[in-house]
Amino acid sequence: MIQVQADLVREKSGVGASVLRKEDDRYMRGQGEFIADIKRPAMQELAFVRSPVAHAFIRGVKKPAGYEDRVFIAADLVGVSPITAISALPGFKRSSQPILATDKICHVGEPIAVCVAQTRAEAEDIAALVELDLEELPAIVDMRAALQPGSLLVHEPWGDNVFLETSVDHGFAAAASGAPIIISKHLRTARQCMSPMEGRGVVAMWEPRLEQLVLHTSTQMPHIVRSGLSECLGLPEDMVRIIAPDVGGGFGYKGILLGEEVCAGYLARHLGHPVRWIEDRREQLTGNANCREHDYELTAYADHDGMLLALDARAIVDAGAYSLYPFSACLEAAQIASILPGPYRMNGYRCITWSAATNKPGILPYRGVARAGVCYAMEVIMDAIAQETGLPPEEVRLRNLVLPSMMPFDNITNKHFDSGDYPEALRRALNAIDMPAWRARQAAATGTVKIGIGLAVFCEQGAHGTSVYAGWGIPMVPGFEQASARLTADGGLELRVGIQSHGQGLETTLAQVAHESLGLPIERIKITHGDTGLTPYSTGTWGSRCMVMAGGAVATACQDLAARIAPIGAHLLQVATDDVTVAHGYVSTGSRHVSIAEVARTWYRRPQDLPDGIAHGGLEVTAGYKAKRDSGTFSYAAHAAVVSVDTETGDIALLDYAICEDGGTLVNPMIVDGQLIGGIAQGIGTALYEAMRFDDNGQPSASTLADYTLPGATEMPRLRIEHMATPSPYTVFGQKGIGEGGAIGPPAAIANAVNDALRPLGVELSALPITPHMVMSALLRARRDTA
Amino acid sequence: MKPAPFTWSAAPTLDAACGTMRAGGRAIAGGQSLGPMLNLRIAQPDRLVSIARISALCGVSETADDVTIGACVTHAQIEDGQAPDIGQDILPRVAANIAYRAVRNRGTIGGSLCHADPAADWVTVLLALGAQALTHAPSGSRIIALDGFFTGAFRTNLTPGEVLHAIRIPRLTPDARFGYYKICRKPGEFAHAMAAVFISKNIARVVIGALGTIPLVLMGAEATPDGVEPAFRSRTTMLDEVTQHMQLTAVKRAFARAAA
Repeated sequence: MIQVQADLVREKSGVGASVLRKEDDRYMRGQGEFIADIKRPAMQELAFVRSPVAHAFIRGVKKPAGYEDRVFIAADLVGVSPITAISALPGFKRSSQPILATDKICHVGEPIAVCVAQTRAEAEDIAALVELDLEELPAIVDMRAALQPGSLLVHEPWGDNVFLETSVDHGFAAAASGAPIIISKHLRTARQCMSPMEGRGVVAMWEPRLEQLVLHTSTQMPHIVRSGLSECLGLPEDMVRIIAPDVGGGFGYKGILLGEEVCAGYLARHLGHPVRWIEDRREQLTGNANCREHDYELTAYADHDGMLLALDARAIVDAGAYSLYPFSACLEAAQIASILPGPYRMNGYRCITWSAATNKPGILPYRGVARAGVCYAMEVIMDAIAQETGLPPEEVRLRNLVLPSMMPFDNITNKHFDSGDYPEALRRALNAIDMPAWRARQAAATGTVKIGIGLAVFCEQGAHGTSVYAGWGIPMVPGFEQASARLTADGGLELRVGIQSHGQGLETTLAQVAHESLGLPIERIKITHGDTGLTPYSTGTWGSRCMVMAGGAVATACQDLAARIAPIGAHLLQVATDDVTVAHGYVSTGSRHVSIAEVARTWYRRPQDLPDGIAHGGLEVTAGYKAKRDSGTFSYAAHAAVVSVDTETGDIALLDYAICEDGGTLVNPMIVDGQLIGGIAQGIGTALYEAMRFDDNGQPSASTLADYTLPGATEMPRLRIEHMATPSPYTVFGQKGIGEGGAIGPPAAIANAVNDALRPLGVELSALPITPHMVMSALLRARRDTA
Repeated sequence: MKPAPFTWSAAPTLDAACGTMRAGGRAIAGGQSLGPMLNLRIAQPDRLVSIARISALCGVSETADDVTIGACVTHAQIEDGQAPDIGQDILPRVAANIAYRAVRNRGTIGGSLCHADPAADWVTVLLALGAQALTHAPSGSRIIALDGFFTGAFRTNLTPGEVLHAIRIPRLTPDARFGYYKICRKPGEFAHAMAAVFISKNIARVVIGALGTIPLVLMGAEATPDGVEPAFRSRTTMLDEVTQHMQLTAVKRAFARAAA
């Protein structure tokens, strides 16, 4: 028995500490194990024959002579079912996404056949020999045209091109009536390709000993992939094990069940050797899921004091050809309808949404999901109200934001804002960029280079749970999040979680949570994730949920474990269980302590020292967690961007950029800053660079990163990041989901800044991304109009 | 994205390279354009012959009037001053703004010219500087003024088995002025507009690149700040208004740099 001062052993590595990331040691040494690092004996490579056209009937697929046993088409995949991702929302029309196309092609890049060879190059050689007999059809490319009566159809039995139409009306007519200011805007955002550094990939093998398909895949949600894969392959779930190794970025792109995964799983089982498919950049850009393509028609009703009275919205999401598993074709539009009002108060709101089907790849919820588009739409409206009333844009926002005195606040779409001071975040962001100084410089800029300042304020629902997703009725509804905690015989702690860490640093932050609960040294806390064979069920990593949900589950499991530790420690201390506490790595009573390591050693190695009946449940627990309310946490932020616009080249430069965000209690502020910086880079991509364009035939315009422009290190401005910390009343430590926020604000702030710079020249842009060509085109038109 | 099958060999000498190429081999130097084209299967040669290690292509020399840079000298070597400059630090500055350093470490000046991408920096710049291509073939060597070297986008008048040996660039005379400007959103991106201006006592030359076809070379009265616009517009009526404006802005800024 050791006597210690408990407060001396408490290290600064619990909740709130900027602990260096545990996982970085292997990453920095090049020792991470990503999907393409996995090799298995006798493994063969897969290459897919993909459709060269967007819309066609398949008349025939001819395997090359001599390669009949190396090429597989739909008819070869016996017993395999297509992927269907339904939504229970009334009126939803289901699509059936074939694993390999059967009779019809619905987008460029759709897999038609798969080829197996020793090397990828040889597999591609075989793929090049496969002959396709396609009867090409005109393609449905534009979402607005797709909704016109009489449009050609992506799915003929539907009768139209609408996955789902939704409509909400919260007192719109009464609130809008008599409004002195009415503003209408038509805004569009571009289709983007989510571009994690590591693409997708699968290594599949059949394990006869376990009678199990073991499928390594670069995914954010191994358990969901297991359920979907089991359904498609007709295998019970216990015969499928999904392992996500190190995953090089996800952002939503890896929140999906892939046809390629189903194909690889089938082939591994039936060919008798492991197979591997590694997505290449061309497949990522031209064939696989996209995101973000919205069309908004907005009419705002305001008064002369700048108060937003009512908002009327018609929003279309281009959902592509298929409803993807598990998020479905409708999550994006459903989210638009529910969060378009943003952090603002209003008395009336009406919104109709359409999820349109087109001959393009399906869509996935990219970091921020619909919020990047919604924030852009709403913040353009705020600037328009400022224009109409003559009030400064910041003043309009301050007048309309939900106030801290109103928290918790149920907004017009019944979103329950948990806590925070939204106006203060805006004030701090304005202060950070020194708004008056920039306004002075803006006024002084008389040359060809103009300056503009743009703002964005938003809140971010994260970690929303059962009640929210049950309403959408998609294949995946999160319930209790689980974590398993096990003490090892030498006093270490093993945590197993069903979420997946692919850059978020969860191996570190979850260890911090456990350290906060039990006080074991952080280097003795090991996180296992991304493996259905080892971890409890979880819907995975998405929706900024892990720190709230997996963090809550780990804390709960640690508390349950402490309850198992306590009686053993109490016995060793010879006091009653009620008289001990478990914290800081020790079981304590008064000034006497026994270490948790000693408790573990006793239970595992010297059970003879314990009387019968103590801790028969052992030192391993699995606990489930839900937040006190499952309607989600609401982190929020204000972004302020300063841009210069060269009015002769259309070139836009970011001169300054400030963020004030509130993620409640930050478990690891350093990691949160990293999340913000990365998110902002992606938001800059949405604002200024990224667009996958399609021609009239549905052909994507870019197939390499030389054509699809991503922002890089040289495009990043210096960021000023300020934190507020208003705890959520509903989570274990007051933490809020914060992982997506960085990507939400930049399109709005930057677009508003560019328009602020160009408005005196008679130009206002209403589409993203804002390219130099778009800027110059508008400027030249304005010059012609004035001339 | 793996290439179709091909054989690869490294040519020990210039004549060996010429022989392989006349037999249908395709030359590869730094591979910074050909590499991606192979992987995308846009190019599917049966036979690649590497010329990158042929010492005759890797040297530099200079006289009082000009500098000669071997075709396989890399952009990075020029950026780092390992090749003689023609004056005013022009060649290192142009080299330093080509793509990314990783590309510059392997990409070669000769490879860039032979690839003849209309948006390549060297194509426009060296046309403006009045450079010459020195070619080698077993049948004899040629010296070709660069404006006769390019025959179209991605096309040159090299004959089968003929190798670009070196590039000869006149030194800047004391009265000469040079300016170059390209418009692109980020480093490494292909330029949306580019122009190079060369003015000396006897020569005025404006070269406008990134037009999707071989750069437009304007001389004499058309190569003056006032003369460029009408000449450019009359020759590029197929371009949209925005592209024309951006190109003319690049020209204007190239003139400003030449005057600076």
